Amino acid sequence: MVPFFLFFVCALLAVAGAIVLIVAWEPIHSALSLVLVMMALAVLYLLLGAEFIAAVQIIVYAGAVMVLFVFVIMLLNAGSEERTNWSKLAKVAGLPLAFFFLLAVAHFLSRSAVGANIANGAGAVSNAGVSTRALSVALFQQYLFPFEATSILILIALLGALILARKDE
Amino acid sequence: MSVIPVSYYLVLSAVLFGLGMVGVVFKRNIITIFMSIELMLNAVNLAFVAFARAHNQLDGLVFVFFVIVVAAAEAAVGLAIVIMITQNRQSLNVERANLLKF
Amino acid sequence: MDFINQHPVLVVSLVKIAVLLFVVMTGLAYLTWFERKVVAHIQSRWGPYFVGAHGLLQPLADGLKFLFKEDMTPPASDKFVYILAPFLALALALTAIALIPFGPPSVRVLGQPVFVVANLDIGLLFLFAVTSMGVYGVALAGWSSNSKYPLLGGLRSSAQMVSYEVSLTLSVVGVLLIAGTLNFNDIISGQSGYYLGFIPRWHVIPQIIGFLCYITAAIAETNRIPFDLPEAETELVAGFHTEYSSFKFAMFFMAEYANMITVSCLATILFFGGWLSPFPDSWTWQLYLPGAGLILLGIYCLYDTIVSMRGIAKIQFAVVTMLCLGGGAISLIPQVASVIQGPFWFTTKVIFFLFFYVWTRGTLPRFRYDQLMNFGWKLLLPVSLANLVITAFVMILPSAARHG
Repeated sequence: MVPFFLFFVCALLAVAGAIVLIVAWEPIHSALSLVLVMMALAVLYLLLGAEFIAAVQIIVYAGAVMVLFVFVIMLLNAGSEERTNWSKLAKVAGLPLAFFFLLAVAHFLSRSAVGANIANGAGAVSNAGVSTRALSVALFQQYLFPFEATSILILIALLGALILARKDE
Repeated sequence: MSVIPVSYYLVLSAVLFGLGMVGVVFKRNIITIFMSIELMLNAVNLAFVAFARAHNQLDGLVFVFFVIVVAAAEAAVGLAIVIMITQNRQSLNVERANLLKF
Repeated sequence: MDFINQHPVLVVSLVKIAVLLFVVMTGLAYLTWFERKVVAHIQSRWGPYFVGAHGLLQPLADGLKFLFKEDMTPPASDKFVYILAPFLALALALTAIALIPFGPPSVRVLGQPVFVVANLDIGLLFLFAVTSMGVYGVALAGWSSNSKYPLLGGLRSSAQMVSYEVSLTLSVVGVLLIAGTLNFNDIISGQSGYYLGFIPRWHVIPQIIGFLCYITAAIAETNRIPFDLPEAETELVAGFHTEYSSFKFAMFFMAEYANMITVSCLATILFFGGWLSPFPDSWTWQLYLPGAGLILLGIYCLYDTIVSMRGIAKIQFAVVTMLCLGGGAISLIPQVASVIQGPFWFTTKVIFFLFFYVWTRGTLPRFRYDQLMNFGWKLLLPVSLANLVITAFVMILPSAARHG
């Protein structure tokens, strides 16, 4: 009962955050709502038993990448967006259509073999979740090459950002 | 103790992905577009973690790890580019960066 | 009652949270008193002296003052973010304290450990997550005040926090390699035992470089002197909290001290053995140490009451004396003494760290901002990284030598 309640609260928060993200006028409000979405998703990862990923999501994504976004918004002094009326067609036909499409997707997903997995207890990982140790063993043995490749990727991104930000002298 | 079916997580992931896509298509401020892209990446992460739990495998989680890393790298470089464009164009409106149409 | 027996986790957790909040808020208030007294004595003057005996009611007076001040909001600011920032800062700072174990998990009530509110398996990671989010409080406060000094102070402060966060995390990974777990209680249990029979096996001894990096990064992370340029009064008025008044300013203040307490608690857990006692277990007289300490304090307060206090301060200090002597007497009962052993040592070590914080505040000048960033990125980060590599190398060497 408690997992269901937690799931619905976090799902609601995530969807609300996403809606505020695309509806808000000020970019700073969008950034804060994206942080809210990420925190809600972190709780969902905890519900799914992925503790390390939840912590990494908060430390790296919500705590560093979004801080970068907030910095850039503050530095560029990004003002409000211009208000436009979204096309009438989008409002009248788009929203109901999207809702029905969503219902269809939910229906087919819940009927499929994939969707019924946890309900059957088929993928019965222990409720304790995945341990950090197991994840790190997989990361450093089976996935060592992608790990090193992403570290080179980060190095390239670092150098790129450095060069781009340098003033021409 | 009841457990939540995977399809619930997948539907949530689809909703978030769709909202992110709406944001990318309809918004004008380039930073907001960027954030909508991050929202899409987050939705995909949720789907990965849900599947990892369903199939009882670690590979989904490792992939999420890499997606987060790549998103961080992309945000860094992308925001540096945004800063440079804004210094040139003096505006964050995506529709003003249409120099190729001169 | 039936409800309590059926839901032990809920009831015990609620009680623990209430007690912890009360203790931490009081501790915060008296930390301000402690800091003012110590800095004053370093500067050859008395600190707060008149508001209650030895200035002990000064925090109360300050709290009342903050509550009654006029609460102004800058007119052109973003109201939602302006109000959110101090709440965020304080909430995050207090959340981190929920993970800290104050005593051994073997002391239980209704099957739940008494001395820790949340014993997470990824406790250390969660603490870092909360610290990462703390940057938002500062950045948003600076931005939403819609004024030059706070914006500059907020940007600089948050850039500093983000920079030193990396070194903070890296300097701790050496301890993780030795301990092999992220759970606080297991890290502390791994520090039990003694080298040569009497030197405790604390992580500070093999990880002394990591400890020094950690302390430096922690002082920078909490924006304290010598790293507090972004909020120094002579430089940027008051930095990111210039435009905040009354209770919101008090919340930033409390958040800074709560961060200090969290970082000190983390230092004791990771490097100094947490609630373990420095003396070997065979020395049974150490059970009576808290009681003896309190009684000595009570005797000093008694002497002070009789000799030097006048007027109402005499009555206040008489109350303090009786509390000290009473507490000391209770702590000498063997059952109570064995229970409070853990928290006593933990609190002593944390107070030592806080004293160290306040001592550096009173002694050192502050870094200039570019010197600060240089130091963080070009010195501290490579040193933490080197510490990590050397620790990993030393740990893997025996098994590598064995496997040939």
